[in-house]
Amino acid sequence: MTKELLEGNFAMAEAAVRAGCEAYFGYPITPQTEILEWMSHRMPELKRTFLQAESEVAAINMVYGAACTGTRVMSSSSSPGVSLMMEGLSYIAGTEVPVVLIDVVRGGPGLGNIAPAQSDYNQLNHGGGHGDYHQIVLAPASVQEAIDMTVLAFELAEKYRNIVVVMADGSVGQMMEPAELPEMRPVTRIQGDWPVTGNVGRPPRVLTSIYIDPPAEEVYNHKILNKWYDIQANEIRYKEYYLDDADFVVVGFGTAGRIALTSVRAARAEGIKVGLLRPITTSPFPFSQLDELSKRAQGMLVVEMNTGQMLDDVRLAAKGRLPVEFYGRPGGMMPFPDDILGEIRRLAHTPLTTEGDPRKRWMDRVRTGELMLR
Amino acid sequence: MQTEIVFAGFGGQGALFAGQIMAFTGMDAGLAVTWMPSYGPEMRGGTANCQVIISDEEIGSPLTRTPLAAVIMNLPSLDKFEDRIAPGGVMIVNSSLVNRQPTRTDVDWLMIPAQEIAESLGNRRLLNMVMLGALLQKLPVISIEALEKGLDVHLPERHRKFLKPNIEAIRQGAAFARGELTVEATPGANGHEPEVIPPTSV
Amino acid sequence: MDTPQTEVQTVYIRPASLSGTPTHYCPGCTHGIAHRLVAEVLDEMNVREQTIGVAPVGCSVFAYNYFNCDFVEAAHGRAPAMATGIKRVMPNHIVFTYQGDGDLASIGMSEIMHVAGRGENITVIFINNTIYGMTGGQMAPTTLPGQRTTSSPNGRDVETMGYPLHMAELLAQQPGAGYVVRRSLHDPKNIRQAKKAIRVAFEAQKRGLGFSLVELLSTCPTNWGVTPREALGWLEEHMIPVYPLQDFKVIPTLAELKF
Repeated sequence: MTKELLEGNFAMAEAAVRAGCEAYFGYPITPQTEILEWMSHRMPELKRTFLQAESEVAAINMVYGAACTGTRVMSSSSSPGVSLMMEGLSYIAGTEVPVVLIDVVRGGPGLGNIAPAQSDYNQLNHGGGHGDYHQIVLAPASVQEAIDMTVLAFELAEKYRNIVVVMADGSVGQMMEPAELPEMRPVTRIQGDWPVTGNVGRPPRVLTSIYIDPPAEEVYNHKILNKWYDIQANEIRYKEYYLDDADFVVVGFGTAGRIALTSVRAARAEGIKVGLLRPITTSPFPFSQLDELSKRAQGMLVVEMNTGQMLDDVRLAAKGRLPVEFYGRPGGMMPFPDDILGEIRRLAHTPLTTEGDPRKRWMDRVRTGELMLR
Repeated sequence: MQTEIVFAGFGGQGALFAGQIMAFTGMDAGLAVTWMPSYGPEMRGGTANCQVIISDEEIGSPLTRTPLAAVIMNLPSLDKFEDRIAPGGVMIVNSSLVNRQPTRTDVDWLMIPAQEIAESLGNRRLLNMVMLGALLQKLPVISIEALEKGLDVHLPERHRKFLKPNIEAIRQGAAFARGELTVEATPGANGHEPEVIPPTSV
Repeated sequence: MDTPQTEVQTVYIRPASLSGTPTHYCPGCTHGIAHRLVAEVLDEMNVREQTIGVAPVGCSVFAYNYFNCDFVEAAHGRAPAMATGIKRVMPNHIVFTYQGDGDLASIGMSEIMHVAGRGENITVIFINNTIYGMTGGQMAPTTLPGQRTTSSPNGRDVETMGYPLHMAELLAQQPGAGYVVRRSLHDPKNIRQAKKAIRVAFEAQKRGLGFSLVELLSTCPTNWGVTPREALGWLEEHMIPVYPLQDFKVIPTLAELKF
């Protein structure tokens, strides 16, 4: 295959098709509607299932139903729609069926706007639906990664019988870059001991998220937590740039991470020994990698397109060993590289502290006008 | 080495497509490229712009505050981007619709009657290609030949009949930027004599 | 002298489509009857092993324990959406939902309307007992005007609480619906008619004739605060006048079927 100039949303949709996704259920919402539109002609063309549901609530429950049969199935949406899916996602987690969801995150809360944002980090990585469960969350920063992560999402979902979310943002969804799509793989159904397929020659199977006896629910909670530890041990992914000799470390995921790469290069050109860690799995989070970096670096800067959500995870990993600073653009604003370059300079050239709250420091600087938002 | 170019106009002027052709051609040359649109309600009749980055290494940010070049198709786009162009950069401005000249003295700018040139080729929708030709004349990040080849390879099938006019438009835009083409302004409705528009530049 | 010949006649047998697990339903509740009717139909049509049921949230949340076929358990009101997901990837299987009035007519109104609108080829067994049973007797969308519940203690006041919803009538309006009828479980004659309707509904699905639904008027003696016998009488006296037992949509192909 050769590289083509592909739009992120289209690329994720076609990657899912080629990864053998057999059924898609969704509801239109900007900035990801191109995924739904692509599926609306591509899936029937391949004699696969496409259905535009009446709501995101219905869409995720259709996904739930199809997943229960062992079918490779997905949905896609954007922040407000994903909020509506939280009920279904919790049930899916409670039933341990494999599901892939693409969330092209936009500005919020509420109706917010349709611009690129990362403000659903906590919802996707630390919560979402009710109950104790964890989702695998993949955060692509480029069109090629969006393709690769979509394919990986199906593999991980089935390997672990777990929800996998591809957490993109409007920038990844709407931009075009050269990228290579995978080969078409055949459609297959999961042949495990759990899918409901009609009880021919076997006892009936029941897929449910009910464990009405608390001791049984406790056992189930233990089971999926232990599965999560397996996932943590095996599936953490991240990308490192210029970290070998770095005195300072920038941490950013997705679009904020790739913007920071430009800033890091510019800072290097000025002689600042700074590197970048870009988590690709934000859940499971690369805690141990950041733990190691915190032992040898002098300061960290977390950059996000929100008001500091991954920041809490980075601080947890850094254990107060070194100063952690924060720079964010919430609300659908994208930082420019020179914004982050200014923060890297500040990191390298001004006295830092491990005391206090970096988020509050950042907000105070914005509030007082010390930090100009351009 | 990285070059950033903004293409900006109102919906329907072909700003986004001009950027895409630029990105395609960069990709075909083996370079890293990104094409990042402004998106949303603006698509429906408001301003539309995209930023194209062409680089010889992995591209970080798909947007920069200070692009090296801009193709400006209407007045709101000039107002929006003029101050942001990097010093030493290039600005191609559609004088058919923009009724003021840029004030920057540290940017190589060119006023081009792109719409008149396009109309002289029989199709005002060629405006974007005329401006692209002028841009590449001023900023040879890729060659005009490569761009023409890019069009040949990537023009959607349903638009193939426009390949030749597109190439002609690119060449005329480049010729204007070289000072080799003067254009007669379209006569006004009140029957004034056509006004000769020479290239205007700093 | 010859030994007298005794002819053994089966008068009762558990349908193969019921699992034999004792139900958790209250004494006098008609869920058990509805389950049995569905199971008998699955047996008679010989489709048990091709059937996937979708259980709701409500009293019949554990329906999957009582049927002897594959089952999934949906979120409250979402059974039609889940059934859609299953049917679309398993089009040759028999897929049915079993839903109460709170599940189907309140929180799941959107999902049920849209499966009917799409003519989704599934069967819905809709239990209407005018009350929320599992949570302890609150007002349902089907609660009768004036009916006392734990959340309408002075009776349903239509001025502030609105009128009961007539789901069968409403769903029958959708062009995608092939078979929509209302039956009752309050006496043997009506139970026999209910079973025939359930059979036709599943036959409609088997023939690919679109959305099918049987609304079953049912009792809830516990939450109505009456004895099982009184409950049957109350159903006949108060519910049937509001919820007439009718065929609301029967496409011609089905009208010709005889069981």
